[in-house]
Amino acid sequence: MKIEYIKRTRDYYRAQGFKQDYQWASNNQTPFQPLLKPLTDSVVTLVTTAVTEPDIPKPIRAAKSYSFASVPKAFETSELSWDKQTTHTRDRSSYFPMEILQDLAAEGTIGALAERYHFVPTEYSQSNTIEKDAPATVNACLQDAVDVAILIPL
Amino acid sequence: MTARALEQNGISTVVIGSAWDILKSCGTPRVLYNDLPLGNPVGKPFDRSMQSTTLRSALQLLTEASQAPTYQVSPFQWAEDPEWKQQFMEIKPEMHATLRKMGDENRLERKTNKAQGLFR
Repeated sequence: MKIEYIKRTRDYYRAQGFKQDYQWASNNQTPFQPLLKPLTDSVVTLVTTAVTEPDIPKPIRAAKSYSFASVPKAFETSELSWDKQTTHTRDRSSYFPMEILQDLAAEGTIGALAERYHFVPTEYSQSNTIEKDAPATVNACLQDAVDVAILIPL
Repeated sequence: MTARALEQNGISTVVIGSAWDILKSCGTPRVLYNDLPLGNPVGKPFDRSMQSTTLRSALQLLTEASQAPTYQVSPFQWAEDPEWKQQFMEIKPEMHATLRKMGDENRLERKTNKAQGLFR
């Protein structure tokens, strides 16, 4: 049985007295970019919702790209909505598997790890994601000659 | 939505996630679904074998998918007992006052942020 997060979220916020339900993104058409080169030649990056700079206030946090050379030992995850009763985020690799990708690059399964990873905030506003955060992430990936992005929302 | 934008700009993507209905509703191009609690989409904490298998499956999905959307379900489970699935955002009768208070605090915080210019 898969958890129905859309229904649960709706009921949860209604119980908190919110009058308007959150409108989740809904699309019938789905874009598709086949791999342009073999994985063994592809530059791969990670996109995460875990926070690298918690000092930036949440309401103004925007998409930003950071070097894989200076990944925090522990990302800030407490503000995100995940199952804090059942699990924890003390193992970074359970949501940001950089070391595994480095191993896959070392064994030749992927071409290389990109220069930078990308933070995309969990945004209430879909227009902020569509008009600001997604384009910023696209531009950064194009600058880094990324072929493949693995997105791992918490 | 970020995955969609990347695909539209020539970058192949795969999302590793545990919120099946949300990813499906959004029209996510490729999804490797792990039936795990939100927080550890790649695998159980400190289970490097499970995490590594997830990554390899996600990469395999990238090479094998011939159209979008393509969703793949990983075989992993959090526990034999699915009890954990009941707890997330569960609403019990005795929680109503607490939830209402959380909502009031949330609305006040949003209002304060807006008044202080903290919005995008």
